[in-house]
Amino acid sequence: MAILEADGLKKHFDGVAAVDGVSFAIDNGSIFGFLGPNGAGKTTTINMLTGLARPSAGKILYQGRECTQHLKDAQHLMGVVPDESNLYPELNGFENLCFCAALYGLGKAEREARARRLLETFGLADAAGRKFAGYSKGMKRKLTIAAAVIHQPAILFLDEPTSGIDVASARQIRQLLADLKREGTTIFLTTHYIEEAERLCDRIAFIVNGRIVANDEVAALLKPVQGRFATVFTFQGSGPSLIDNLRSTFPDLDFTPESQNQIRVKSTGPIAIGPLVRFFEENRIEVAEARRVQPSLEDVFVRITGIEALVMKKEKEKQGGAA
Amino acid sequence: MKHWIAFWNIVVKDMRAYYLKPPNVSWGLIFPFAWTAMFFIKSGRGLESVLAVLPGVVAISVLFGTTSMLAVTVTFEKKSRSFERLLLAPIPLELLMLAKTGGAIVFGMVNAFVPVIVAVFLADLSGVAWWQVVLATGLISVSSTFLGLFIAVAVSEVFEAQTFSNFFRFPMIFLCGLFFPISALPIFLKPLSYLLPLTYGADILHGAFHGGNSMPIGLDFALMTLFCAGLFYLSIRNIHRKWIH
Repeated sequence: MAILEADGLKKHFDGVAAVDGVSFAIDNGSIFGFLGPNGAGKTTTINMLTGLARPSAGKILYQGRECTQHLKDAQHLMGVVPDESNLYPELNGFENLCFCAALYGLGKAEREARARRLLETFGLADAAGRKFAGYSKGMKRKLTIAAAVIHQPAILFLDEPTSGIDVASARQIRQLLADLKREGTTIFLTTHYIEEAERLCDRIAFIVNGRIVANDEVAALLKPVQGRFATVFTFQGSGPSLIDNLRSTFPDLDFTPESQNQIRVKSTGPIAIGPLVRFFEENRIEVAEARRVQPSLEDVFVRITGIEALVMKKEKEKQGGAA
Repeated sequence: MKHWIAFWNIVVKDMRAYYLKPPNVSWGLIFPFAWTAMFFIKSGRGLESVLAVLPGVVAISVLFGTTSMLAVTVTFEKKSRSFERLLLAPIPLELLMLAKTGGAIVFGMVNAFVPVIVAVFLADLSGVAWWQVVLATGLISVSSTFLGLFIAVAVSEVFEAQTFSNFFRFPMIFLCGLFFPISALPIFLKPLSYLLPLTYGADILHGAFHGGNSMPIGLDFALMTLFCAGLFYLSIRNIHRKWIH
C-alpha cells in the first residue's frame, strides 16, 4: 500500500514552472530516491509534500487520504531532514531532541527516554550536553536526523543527508537509514550521490527541469545498461584532456571523464585494454590503473537525462563539500 | 493536550534561549530606568511629577522590549531555517504564533513593572487603579508583540527588522500622547495618533495612574483589543502568503 501519492503536482514561481506535473507513489516501508541536478525541483517537491509550500495544482495523498490543502493533518506522519541542519544552536543535543519531541506532543518522560535512546543509537551520547553550535558537520547531520525521527514518523524526508560531511559520518548515516528502513520507516531521499541512491533505494525517480523523466525499481532502471561493458582508467597525470583524440581514434567506444585523472570507457562489447594502453603510452600518459566496472545507475542517469553525474556532483560540492 | 505541550515548550524554549539571557535582562532593567530618570529630570518638577511621567515610561518599556526582541528572534530563526521546524510541527499556525509571541508578551509585561517598582519608592501610588494598569500593560504588550511579529514577517534580514521597528517605534513615542498630549499636536498629525494602538494604551495608563485619560476607558480597551486581533490576523495572513507560498 502507498503511504504517499503525488498526482500531477505543479508549482509555479512568477509564471515559471519549478515543478511541472510530478506524479509518483511510495510504498510503505520502502526507500524512494528522488534524483536530479540542481534546480530540478527536488526541494520544491519536498516543500509541497511537507507543507512548507502550497502546490499550484495537483494532489497529495497520505495513507490514501487527500490532504493537499490540509497538510497540517498529515504532519504528525512525517519527519523532515532539510538540506541544512537547522536545529537550535543555543540548545545542547539532548535539549534539541526533547524540544523537537515536544513539538509533536510527547510527554516529558517519554521524550527524555527517546532522546537518550536516539543519542545512544546515533553515537552522540557523549556530546549530549554540548551545544549544537559546537558540533561538527557530521554530528549536526546525525542529530538533525535523530530529531526528525524522535516522534517515530511513518515517513522520513531526507534532503541531501550526506552532503558536505566526512566519509565516515556519511557511511554511518547510510547505515542508520538502512536500520530505519528495517524498522519499517518509509524514506524519501534526495541526493546528488547516485551510487548512494543505488545502494539504498528500492525505487528511484529522476527529475529534470521539474518533470520526472524516469521512475522505476532500481533493478528495472539498471536493465538497459546490463550487458554493457565499462573500464575506468586512472592516470598519473591528466588523462581527460585526451578525450577528443580518444573518440576519434576509437569511434566504437564511449569515453566520459570521471574526475581530474580518470576516464570511463564504455562499450556494448568487451573492451580490449591493450590498444588503449598503447595509445596512452604513445601520448606519454602513464596509466596507474585500468579497472573493469559494472555499469551502474550513474550510467542510467546519464543515458536518461543527458547530464553527466560528475557535473551534478561538482555543482553540489561547490555548495557544501563532498561526502 | 498535545498542542499545549508544544505551545508550552516553545514558550519555555524562547524564554530560556532569548529573553532570560543576561544582555536582555540588563536591557529590560536599564532601559526603563534610564527613561524614568530622563523624563523625571527633564520635567524639572519634584517627585509629584513621577505619576505623570510613569504611563509614558511603562508604555515605552513594553514597546521597545517586545518589538525589538520578537522581530529579531523570529527573523533570526527564519534566516537560520530553524523556524521551518516549527512550521513542520503538527500544530495550527495560529497556536504556533501565539506560542512564539508568548515569551515576548511576558518579557514586555515584566519590563513594564520595572519603572513601576522604581516609582513605588519615589511617589505615593495608593490612588492607582491597578487592575487597569495590569490590563493596559497586557494589551500594550500583546499589541506591541504582534507589531513585532508583523515586522518580522515583512522583512528577511535581522538588520531590516531593527530598522523597520524604529520606523514604527520612534514616531509612536511622540504621537501617542505618552509625553505630550494629543491635543497639543499639530492638526495634521492628530489623525495619525488615532491610528496607533499605543495611543489607547497610553490613555488607559494616564487614567489609571493620575486620572488623566481623554477617552472613555471602555472604548480604549475595545480599540486595543481590536488592534491586537487585527495585527495578529495580518501577520498570520502574511505568513501564509510569504512563508508557505
